[in-house]
Amino acid sequence: MDTPLIRIRDLCKAYTRGDQSIPVLAGITFDIAAGEFLALIGPSGSGKSTLLNLIAGIDTADSGQILVGDTDIVTLSEGELADWRSGHVGFIFQFYNLIPVLTALENVELPLLLTSLTRHERREHAAHALDAVGLSDRLDHRPNQLSGGQQQRVAIARAIVADPDIIVADEPTGDLDRVSAQDILHLMDRLNTELGKTIIMVTHDQRAADAAHRVRSLDKGVLHVSD
Amino acid sequence: MPVPLSYSYRNLLTRRMTTVLTAGGMSLVVFVFAATLMLAEGLRQTLVSTGLPTNAVILRKGSESEVQSGIERSQASVMTTRPEIAVAPDGTAMAAREVVVLIGLPRASTGKISNAVIRGTDLKSLALRPQVRMARGREPRRGSTEVMVGKNVAKGFTGTQIGDRLRFGKREWEVVGVFDAGNTGFSSEIWADGDQVMRSFGRDAYSIVVAGLRDYGAYEAFRAGIEGDPRLTAETFRETRYYEKQSEMMAKFLRVLGVSLTIIFSLGAMIGAMITMYSAVANRVPEIGTMRALGFGRSSILAAFLAESVFLSLLGGAMGLGAAAVLNFFTFSTTNFQTFSELAFKFALTGDIILLSLGFSVFMGVLGGLPPALRASRLKIVEALREA
Repeated sequence: MDTPLIRIRDLCKAYTRGDQSIPVLAGITFDIAAGEFLALIGPSGSGKSTLLNLIAGIDTADSGQILVGDTDIVTLSEGELADWRSGHVGFIFQFYNLIPVLTALENVELPLLLTSLTRHERREHAAHALDAVGLSDRLDHRPNQLSGGQQQRVAIARAIVADPDIIVADEPTGDLDRVSAQDILHLMDRLNTELGKTIIMVTHDQRAADAAHRVRSLDKGVLHVSD
Repeated sequence: MPVPLSYSYRNLLTRRMTTVLTAGGMSLVVFVFAATLMLAEGLRQTLVSTGLPTNAVILRKGSESEVQSGIERSQASVMTTRPEIAVAPDGTAMAAREVVVLIGLPRASTGKISNAVIRGTDLKSLALRPQVRMARGREPRRGSTEVMVGKNVAKGFTGTQIGDRLRFGKREWEVVGVFDAGNTGFSSEIWADGDQVMRSFGRDAYSIVVAGLRDYGAYEAFRAGIEGDPRLTAETFRETRYYEKQSEMMAKFLRVLGVSLTIIFSLGAMIGAMITMYSAVANRVPEIGTMRALGFGRSSILAAFLAESVFLSLLGGAMGLGAAAVLNFFTFSTTNFQTFSELAFKFALTGDIILLSLGFSVFMGVLGGLPPALRASRLKIVEALREA
């Protein structure tokens, strides 16, 4: 494996329901190399989405370490974590999660509002990102004026616009037809191979998993090597 | 960097019906708020503009109004010899001794009796009030039982048209003219010869002395001279200040009534805004989760929803002010508690009232929007995203 970008050590997470503590991740340890395209698979409730959320810094671990470069994101405060996410992580969601009242261009521009770029620069970057996903003719369209596949492309443009190291994708093809899903997977492959983005994808879809370069499966909070 | 404002106002545009209904509720409150302030301001403006800053009014010490005041003839003579008083072209002092009494007249609209002011005037009364101009007919002749009525009296009371005869002070008085004193309290008065009024009502004392001063700066010396004279028990006011004082009690009553009503109504409007904004938060939980995931902090989310609530309230404020502005064209007539006489005045919308009303709207928006905005900002990212 190349130099690891992400090092996960003894990561534990449990949810509490009433008085009960339900373990979800039980001491996960593994590395993710820079520029890797990793698929996390497993049955529902296996903990794969929880693991993805922890790596993305939108959930907090009970114990263990997630070292991204030299930063252990488990130790960051909520505010520090928000700053870290805005600079390092791009998100692709199953249901696209675009803001309905904003145009495609404005949706893509959102992460750039957290940078020091000027309005003109932000608009330029956002237009460029939309061009990269083949939607340069849809800048002023609102999400409800776009197909599912197009919306997911906008979401991908939003994920890459701030040039993050890591892209996390939670069931990115889960809401798409076969052709659109194939299209999105192809686009993600290009992000990985051409732009060198590290992609971590949770999926139930075997075709999506096949598109990744490495597959890890989770079962009852324990990680298994599948490749 | 906060969430863009376009996010906040476009969400309001998206749910037009809810926005209009909630803003409509708020607009009613702002309308009541602005209308009562406009009423109080209209009353103040009317009474303040009734006086001239270069005129001084002398009343008996301790009198609240000219109706209660009484100045003996000998004292009035002393008062009109002060050197600060301007000299008229005929060589006499520019001063008038006036008597003010109240009579009951039937209102044209309801037939009910309301008080009207009779001002028994002096030779210089008209010269001291350049805002008073004849609209129709002529001035009453001195020494006769003729009267002229203000335009609001001619409009608001029956039997006050030219040629009509009024009965008061055990005599009949013929209406020979209608005068227009603009938007001042004089337009709500009936003027007659002072000596005839005193004789009819059995009065041997004037109510007030009005003095036209040489210039604005002469007032302090005039006041000191009158109030320091041991022969006189009198109090002096600038005419503008005197009439402003006449508006204070009524204006205060209107303001207290208006603000009290508004506070009660505003609770309902704020609850309405709160429900709307809670619903907006509930419908946009995944959006909130997404924005938080992208790196927007809790404070950005709080500000975005608070801004939405403030936009909503400003829309309500603008609608309420728009409706209140129409009142500018209406004249309102009521009894002034201080003088017990009928006074007609217009609603007056000023820049201060606009700012106060919009400020009040924002206050409602912030208070109504804060709890839902706090809820939005406190959502956990993972749980919010799960609702997509």
